[in-house]
Amino acid sequence: MNDGDLTADIQGRIQQAAASATPLRIVGGNSKAFYGEDCSATAVLDMAGHSGFIDYEPSELVITARAGTRLRDIETLLDSHGQMLAFEPPYFGEQATLGGTMACGFSGPRRPFAGAGRDFMLGCKIVNGYGEVLSFGGQVMKNVAGFDVSRLMIGALGTLGVLLEISLRVLPKPESEATLIYAMADEQQAIKRMNRFSGQPWPLSALAYDGQLLSLRLSGAESAVQAAARQLGGDFDELGEDFWLALREQNLAFFEDDDTLWRISMAPSAASPAVFGTRLLDWGGALRWLKTDQPAKVVHEACEAVGGYAEAFRGGEKHDRIRLKPEIAALQSRIRAAFDPHGLFNPGFCRDR
Amino acid sequence: MPLPIPFIQQCQNLLGADNVIAESECLRVYECDALSAYRTLPELVVLPETVEQVRALMRFCRDHSVPVVPRGAGTGLAGGAMPVAGGIVLGLSKMNRILSLDPVNRTARVQPGARNLAISEAAKSHGLFYAPDPSSQVACSIGGNIAENAGGVHCLKYGLTVHNVLQVQLVTSDGELLTLGGNGLDAPGYDLLALAIGSEGLLGIVVEATVRLLPLPPSTRVLLAAFASVEEAAAAVAAIISDGLLPAGLELMDNAAIRATEAFVHAGYPVDAAAILLCELDGLAEQVEADSLRAEAVLKAHGAIEIRIADDESQRRRFWAGRKAAFPAVGRIASDYYCMDGTIPRKHLAAVLKRISEMGGEHGLVVVNVFHAGDGNLHPLILYDGNRPGDFEKAEALGGKILELCVAVGGTITGEHGVGSEKIPYMCVQFQAAELEQFHRLKRAFDPDGLLNPGKAVPTLHRCAELGRMHVHHGELPHPQLERF
Ligand SMILES: Cc1cc2nc3c(=O)[nH]c(=O)nc-3n(C[C@H](O)[C@H](O)[C@H](O)COP(=O)(O)OP(=O)(O)OC[C@H]3O[C@@H](n4cnc5c(N)ncnc54)[C@H](O)[C@@H]3O)c2cc1C
Repeated sequence: MNDGDLTADIQGRIQQAAASATPLRIVGGNSKAFYGEDCSATAVLDMAGHSGFIDYEPSELVITARAGTRLRDIETLLDSHGQMLAFEPPYFGEQATLGGTMACGFSGPRRPFAGAGRDFMLGCKIVNGYGEVLSFGGQVMKNVAGFDVSRLMIGALGTLGVLLEISLRVLPKPESEATLIYAMADEQQAIKRMNRFSGQPWPLSALAYDGQLLSLRLSGAESAVQAAARQLGGDFDELGEDFWLALREQNLAFFEDDDTLWRISMAPSAASPAVFGTRLLDWGGALRWLKTDQPAKVVHEACEAVGGYAEAFRGGEKHDRIRLKPEIAALQSRIRAAFDPHGLFNPGFCRDR
Repeated sequence: MPLPIPFIQQCQNLLGADNVIAESECLRVYECDALSAYRTLPELVVLPETVEQVRALMRFCRDHSVPVVPRGAGTGLAGGAMPVAGGIVLGLSKMNRILSLDPVNRTARVQPGARNLAISEAAKSHGLFYAPDPSSQVACSIGGNIAENAGGVHCLKYGLTVHNVLQVQLVTSDGELLTLGGNGLDAPGYDLLALAIGSEGLLGIVVEATVRLLPLPPSTRVLLAAFASVEEAAAAVAAIISDGLLPAGLELMDNAAIRATEAFVHAGYPVDAAAILLCELDGLAEQVEADSLRAEAVLKAHGAIEIRIADDESQRRRFWAGRKAAFPAVGRIASDYYCMDGTIPRKHLAAVLKRISEMGGEHGLVVVNVFHAGDGNLHPLILYDGNRPGDFEKAEALGGKILELCVAVGGTITGEHGVGSEKIPYMCVQFQAAELEQFHRLKRAFDPDGLLNPGKAVPTLHRCAELGRMHVHHGELPHPQLERF
């Protein structure tokens, strides 16, 4: 890895961009270029060179790194100390960087039980649209001084500022994990089962349903995992680890298709939206992937009808990816202007609808 | 300037006369929160009963440019709910119902004035609980918890308020009703829910919340470990965490705290110990057994002179009784105390506790420590006598030094109590001018006229200059004897 602190360069680029009113497309590893609206900026702000670890003390359960640091390098380092990023961020490409990972804010199968990316965000350093380098949060577990700007950056796709450095809480890896599977043809029955499991104090760390099999992952002390597995029944899935990885990285057969892939977030026990297509359920039912060729309008309305929301994750109509309530959209654009008054960062992303 | 009579009459029209308090005797109740050294008599207190009333009030106040201070149960420790001159206090105590409980989706929909503990009590019969448990949980409101991002003894494992709230209904300064968050685990667009949590009533009024409920752990064990020095106890805390254990709670009490609580609740604590740690482990019985063996080994290796174990409910309750009663117990040994709330990296615990005790000596004040050690969240209680002129000022000065020390070692001035009115000066120490300006711009995106809880949480640059306080950079600080990043 080529470490480098490019803070001054990046700040200079942004000040220049502000002066010449030239919007920027912020790019880390470019592993998630498929995601989001179309960005109208042509000038690229390349973040991959701004990389390297700044601080990591395993006993503090905190890691601080520059935004261009590769996610792989971070996880390799953590792994060598028996620790992990507990929100299991998807890579979608080996070149994925920390900055892009947090700006997109995706979380993997462990999310309902361990927390999302935003839940592990402790602090960050950013450059705002005024070209100022600002720090928010810190490296400690609890910090309520000032508004929670660090968490606001998660999922904002860089539109509120360029992430320079990020501090994340990390967790010890569980001593042992096991995956149990249950054959189940009926989705309603699977949803019911998953919610029953979730309502009981099992050491769960993932719960998914692919239309045929309900998969359940247990994590903890070896004795506890074994005890839970005995009581829960089901069959051991010896390839469980591969399954969860493939689910996280969208490498399962389900994801190989040209149809639009929708990501639907909803109450875990609610019935799936009535849209023709195929589904895969993660997060114990709170996250549903839908493949369909139906128009965006149909998907959005069906999801709203069941109290959820849909987002076109891969493919689909870029202009109708997500829908925001008008009052939220208006607030969102005021917040964006508060950070980036000239609209420099990733114009087109997070459009205010 | 007192509020005009027609203004008060219109409030009465909106809410009914019973829900508007204007007589000075009754207003006294609202002049401070639990930081009673900071007081301002409000002009008017309004107690709405519905969301529509809150919206109408906010529109009315905006039209008349009258500031609004939201108030929950008034247990805040930073003067966040302290009234402001020329403004009204909007109390949410009458909106205190649990609206619905959904055991299948494991959520509870509650009004902002609902008490924290009432949620767990309602969820218990379903085998569920609401995890954030501030020590004030019998009294504090969920709205106040959201405004402060409150923590508690169990947030080491289960997270703070921000980790346990799914949805908030927020009324903005112009009376608009916003839904932040969703029915699932996230919502489209920016994470406005995370932003609203911990915003200390500056961005909007929380009028409803949907919180997450978790399954009650089937097995719980508390270890009580005694140490011959505070430093060893502090080092044991860091060691437990770095060993890979994640206790449900990990609390430290020093000798002064042990003695005060022992005299008050007779929990059976070892009164000669320099410090004790309370370490709670929970989960399946097998998990608890495995963690307990590891924790005992670490505690012994770090000099624990005695370890007691509580498995059954009544024993556990006795172990916790002292910790839970610590604040009132300290209230019995001193006429007043001032509670600080800095958070620091765990590795600095031993050195910082030592330095705090030295600084106490330098100021001629006693400091008692009882705190959330597992997350490095200090609660030094500075004892003073409010009747002795100058004593509170001395305590305040020492408190300020402690907060500066927390910032100097890479920590923060507030872990869970918030900035409120109290820590305004230290915000100038923790943040640079450009960062404070960014906070103000963000505030204006929600509240362009600055009518919601003005003067709290984020100082103006003018105020920082007035206070003569400036952001301190690492390396140019007091306390050079402490190692830092
Ligand atoms: C003995 C004792 C122990 C404590 N222990 C802990 C602890 O372990 N952990 C912890 O985190 N805190 C603790 N606290 C502090 C306090 O209880 C918390 O900050 C609590 O969250 C405050 O809730 P409240 O309802 O009393 O809010 P209040 O004190 O009434 O208000 C607090 C702040 O929230 C704002 N606010 C209140 N309601 C709303 C609303 N509906 N919408 C918008 N803004 C609102 C107010 O304007 C104010 O800024 C303790 C306090 C005491 C006295």
